[in-house]
Amino acid sequence: MKKILISLILLICGQFVCAAEVNIYSARKEALIKPILDRFTTETGIKVNLITGKADTFIKRIEVEGKNTPADILLTVDAARLVRAKDKELFQSIDSKILSSVIPAHLRDIDNHWFGLSLRSRVIVYNPDKVSSNDIIGYIDLANDKWKGRICVRSSSNIYNQSLVASLIAHHGIMETERWASKLVTNFARTPKGGDRDQIKAVVAGVCDLAIVNNYYLAGMLDSNKDEEVAAAEKVKLFWPDQDTYGAHFNVSGAGILKYAKNKDEAIKLLEYLVTIEAQQWYSDVNYEYPVILDVKISSILKKWGAFSMDTLALNLLGRYNSDAVKLMDRVGWK
Amino acid sequence: MIVSNSVQYLQRKSSLICDILKRSSPSLALILFSSFFCIPVLIVCGSLFLPFDETWTHLVDTVLSDYVLNSFYLLIGVGFFSLLLSVVPAWLVTMYKFPGSRYLQWAILLPMSMPAYIIAYSYTGAFDAAGPVQTTIRDMTNLQYNEYWFPEIRSLGGAIAMLSFVLYPYIYLLARASFIEQSVCVLEVSRTLGCNALGAFKRVALPLARPAIIVGLSLVLMETLADYGTVQYFGISAFTTGIFKTWFGMDNSLVASQLSAILLLFVFVFLFLERRSRKLLTLHHTSNRYSPLTKEKLTGIRGFLSFIFCFTPLLFGFIIPVSFLVDWAINAYSQVFDIDFYRLFMNSIFLAFITSLLALFIALLLGYINRNNFSLVNRFLVRFISLGYAVPGTVIAIGVLIPFAWFDNKLDNFLITNFNTSSGLLISGTLFILIFAYLVRFLTIPINTVEASLEKIKPGVDEVAKTTGMSHFNLMKKIHIPIMRGSLLTCLLLVFVDVLKELPATLILRPFNFNTLAVRTFELANEERLAEAAVPALAIVIAGIIPVIIISNSISRSRPGYE
Amino acid sequence: MSNSIEIKELSLEIEGRPILDNISFGLGEIEIACLLGPSGSGKTSLLRCIAGFEKINHGEVFIKGVIASKLDHHIPVEQRNIGMVFQDYVLFPHMDVSKNITFGLKDISSLRTKERLDELIELFGLNEHTNKYPHQLSGGQQQRVALARAMAPRPSVLLLDEPFASLDIELRESLACELRSILKQDSVATIMVTHNQLEAFAMGDIIGVIDNGKLKQWDTAFNLYHQPKTLNVANFIGEGTFIQGEIINSTDVKTDIGRIKGQVPHNIDVGKKVRVLIRPDDILHDDESKLTALVRNKAFRGAQFLYTLETKNGFIIQSLVPSHHDHAINEPIGIKMEIDHLVVFADEID
Repeated sequence: MKKILISLILLICGQFVCAAEVNIYSARKEALIKPILDRFTTETGIKVNLITGKADTFIKRIEVEGKNTPADILLTVDAARLVRAKDKELFQSIDSKILSSVIPAHLRDIDNHWFGLSLRSRVIVYNPDKVSSNDIIGYIDLANDKWKGRICVRSSSNIYNQSLVASLIAHHGIMETERWASKLVTNFARTPKGGDRDQIKAVVAGVCDLAIVNNYYLAGMLDSNKDEEVAAAEKVKLFWPDQDTYGAHFNVSGAGILKYAKNKDEAIKLLEYLVTIEAQQWYSDVNYEYPVILDVKISSILKKWGAFSMDTLALNLLGRYNSDAVKLMDRVGWK
Repeated sequence: MIVSNSVQYLQRKSSLICDILKRSSPSLALILFSSFFCIPVLIVCGSLFLPFDETWTHLVDTVLSDYVLNSFYLLIGVGFFSLLLSVVPAWLVTMYKFPGSRYLQWAILLPMSMPAYIIAYSYTGAFDAAGPVQTTIRDMTNLQYNEYWFPEIRSLGGAIAMLSFVLYPYIYLLARASFIEQSVCVLEVSRTLGCNALGAFKRVALPLARPAIIVGLSLVLMETLADYGTVQYFGISAFTTGIFKTWFGMDNSLVASQLSAILLLFVFVFLFLERRSRKLLTLHHTSNRYSPLTKEKLTGIRGFLSFIFCFTPLLFGFIIPVSFLVDWAINAYSQVFDIDFYRLFMNSIFLAFITSLLALFIALLLGYINRNNFSLVNRFLVRFISLGYAVPGTVIAIGVLIPFAWFDNKLDNFLITNFNTSSGLLISGTLFILIFAYLVRFLTIPINTVEASLEKIKPGVDEVAKTTGMSHFNLMKKIHIPIMRGSLLTCLLLVFVDVLKELPATLILRPFNFNTLAVRTFELANEERLAEAAVPALAIVIAGIIPVIIISNSISRSRPGYE
Repeated sequence: MSNSIEIKELSLEIEGRPILDNISFGLGEIEIACLLGPSGSGKTSLLRCIAGFEKINHGEVFIKGVIASKLDHHIPVEQRNIGMVFQDYVLFPHMDVSKNITFGLKDISSLRTKERLDELIELFGLNEHTNKYPHQLSGGQQQRVALARAMAPRPSVLLLDEPFASLDIELRESLACELRSILKQDSVATIMVTHNQLEAFAMGDIIGVIDNGKLKQWDTAFNLYHQPKTLNVANFIGEGTFIQGEIINSTDVKTDIGRIKGQVPHNIDVGKKVRVLIRPDDILHDDESKLTALVRNKAFRGAQFLYTLETKNGFIIQSLVPSHHDHAINEPIGIKMEIDHLVVFADEID
């Protein structure tokens, strides 16, 4: 009986050592990352082991697991979490010619602890029947009284809103951002609820006239295989905010290699693979994100939205001001 | 910092417990075993002994009252509606025959296998301002949004409805088991004393079923407190929203666990008061005779109303949401259904199966320690384990992660310094730790059930058996387990379905490359790809239906005198 | 004055199986009736018909002159104003003694309720237990509470289903007498079901013997014992054996142990073979008697021995003999008959 028990435990606990492998904790959903990892495996023969989940719980897990952590790479979908992981000294500096040459400096950590792998923008989506694009300016202008009861946005629990507010704090300071936010809240058409697609659908349904959303959600709807989603998405238009000033707010999905990574070489190979033209193309085609490198043909939907200027604010500021942003939104009653 | 403090606190605590144990009980090993399951909850509570930082001032000044109030409204609302949807139908299907009652008695359980956030997604998808229903209304009437009245799904009321629709089966299951167990004679007596059917229900059956109903209700309320998916999606600032916003948004996991600990204290006090009030009334059955239950036939308007009453929860909790899911799944299933999907299905079933068996086994073990050597320490520990149910899965998961990683690292250090070999993380990151987390979270179900059923078996039964020279094991196998069969199956089912639906702990603790249906559903739904998410969601529902039907039937058969 | 209960030609079938067949009887205003019969004879079913738990297939049940059951008419249990005590009392476990007792009273807070409660508590001697819960009471106390509870609303008729079955034997007889006086004091008509004759004799003004779903005899205890109407009743009530005899004339029967005098029923012709019921108290021991029988068995009963004797033709009879006459087994002893009530049945299957 005992023997059976022990062998059973060993079976459950057994950690099989593979010749070449790399282990990832990913905050990016499996469906949105696994295909490209599989391609990497076919091309290099390096096996990729994956767990998907929430970035903060992974950060906690890595901290707790300490030097024995099985993970080599932490992959997140926003810069603030990368900064957070760096602050907790979970990453190591990576000296890779490829990574530091192809990724622009403002899209990676100054000490090369983490690297941006794709770009997404938080944009304004509006109903052209009710709003003229000439009336929209940018984020700060949304606090204007003329938008009273016309804006949809998701809750302040959401990291994309937190990052947006953090970027505004970086630009304008806490005091002014708080004044802005408190007026913005009074312009909400409804208490924040749902995800970004919900906000777009709310604009279509007439709940509000414009919404603040990440652009790939709109692209995803336009490219959906459900006709009603496409039809809904075609009723709204995308607006690039603040083109005359600092540009549209951007965030990255990115990754860093952990300090105690056991498979550092394989991990570097994987990150380098993720910034190849092939991988970047995939990001653009499948996830409707913008590449971090040049010379990539972006997907037709992204192309349709045209060129734009993006906020080149240092991304580590998003991490630095994240907590302030949350507290600020709490104070002004952004649910 | 938090880790080491918590661990130190734990060491102090456990050495104290050991001291008490040495003096009190012979089955030390078994009690240590039960305290093992308290560790995660203790770690969460341990955070209360660490300093409260200025984030607290911020919370108190701004959002805390909101969190508390919203959670309070949720508890009241979900408590009320889940009672309404469960108790009367349970009574009707136990006592009467009416059109459809044979099927309804198990079909009412079906919403149980539906994760709350899934029903929230499907109702929103259909009834939200942008959904097909309201769009049709607008197209047909040429009205604009806001020019007509339509209930807002994503509101506090909506959240109450969603949670009630999927949680009421917990009460239904326990209430029905209790009604079935009641001696019909008690009801007959009340009728000879002038009570009509309603009076007998109100004055006799209901008070007798009260303990069971309250156990069910407290499961429902704890699930409500621990829910994050629904409230988050509906934009309701409940207590869990606060916990996660503090942790994820403000990067303050200490205050997050302090918030969780306060939630736990609240639950602990509630459970304590509830038990106190129940202790005053030890309800031994006063009759051992069970005349066969002859169900009265309800026809005409009474039969129809009974049908409506029992059908309503099924309609809203299952038929409507599932029909939306099926509609979506038909379009998407080819994209999701592959060999990998089969593996997800098996993973989910495997985990649910193993965990529910283990949970039952452990609960029986603990139940027996309590029955045979009464020890206050152990009673307390058992109460403490029960708290796991009220904690958001994510928080429990961290509480599980910390001690195991600590142990693994200590072991690794020890092996390196003494034997120059490394064990790495031996337990962390394995299925073992995941199952352990499930147990911590769900053990309360079998523990309470086993305890309640064991209480009902008079000690005389044990004594008689012992005079025939029966061993403890045989006593359990040949006498207690057959007597308790109905209750044991009930809690097997509850744990099974709960594990199938469990998401947050699975998300954090699962090993590499290991997914379950719940994880897949969540990932797709979270990406707002509802159509694809419908496929694994339906698979969860299907995996849950089979045991629901099997077990529901054997519960009705477990009634003494059942024909 | 109407009877409290009037049953006319009642028949009951459950799932096509006949349970009760053509039962009729009436019960006076404050009479106590006992339904006596072996287990499975249908006596509890009869009680349940009266209570209204079963819908009858034929006949009528009147309670206080009002029709309660017939084929197409059924007053629900709760509207019949009956009191019922079940075999193991079935107290409400979630209520204390006073709450249990007052359960059937409509207005719990009224003064009359309080008075009725006090009265019953006094009557049953439950003064010290009013705040106790059922599981804190002994069997006898539980029984009293159950009775008090059933009697509290002053029912038209009180139905008791084997109320002594789960009590100690010693307790039973004392309780039976006590209960009888309480019932009389509270002047409530009662029907009690039992399979124990001594209880029935101690309690009942009148006793109904039920066997196999039929009411065999509805009579006083004395008549049942001395004038049983059927072989079955004779067999069931009291002790006794049958010996073969032959009718000589309308007042004499010839048997093994001599001629027995008494009234021979008209429907039995002279010369017919009959069975004669011999009670143990019909046979006296007399050392002087020429008539002897062999001692086959003996049972010590304190003041008396119950001897089982064999007559010369091999019939078994019993005799109660003062216990100072201690005879050995197989010893022949002298006996004589003193039969006041001749009970004969034609010698054929009943």
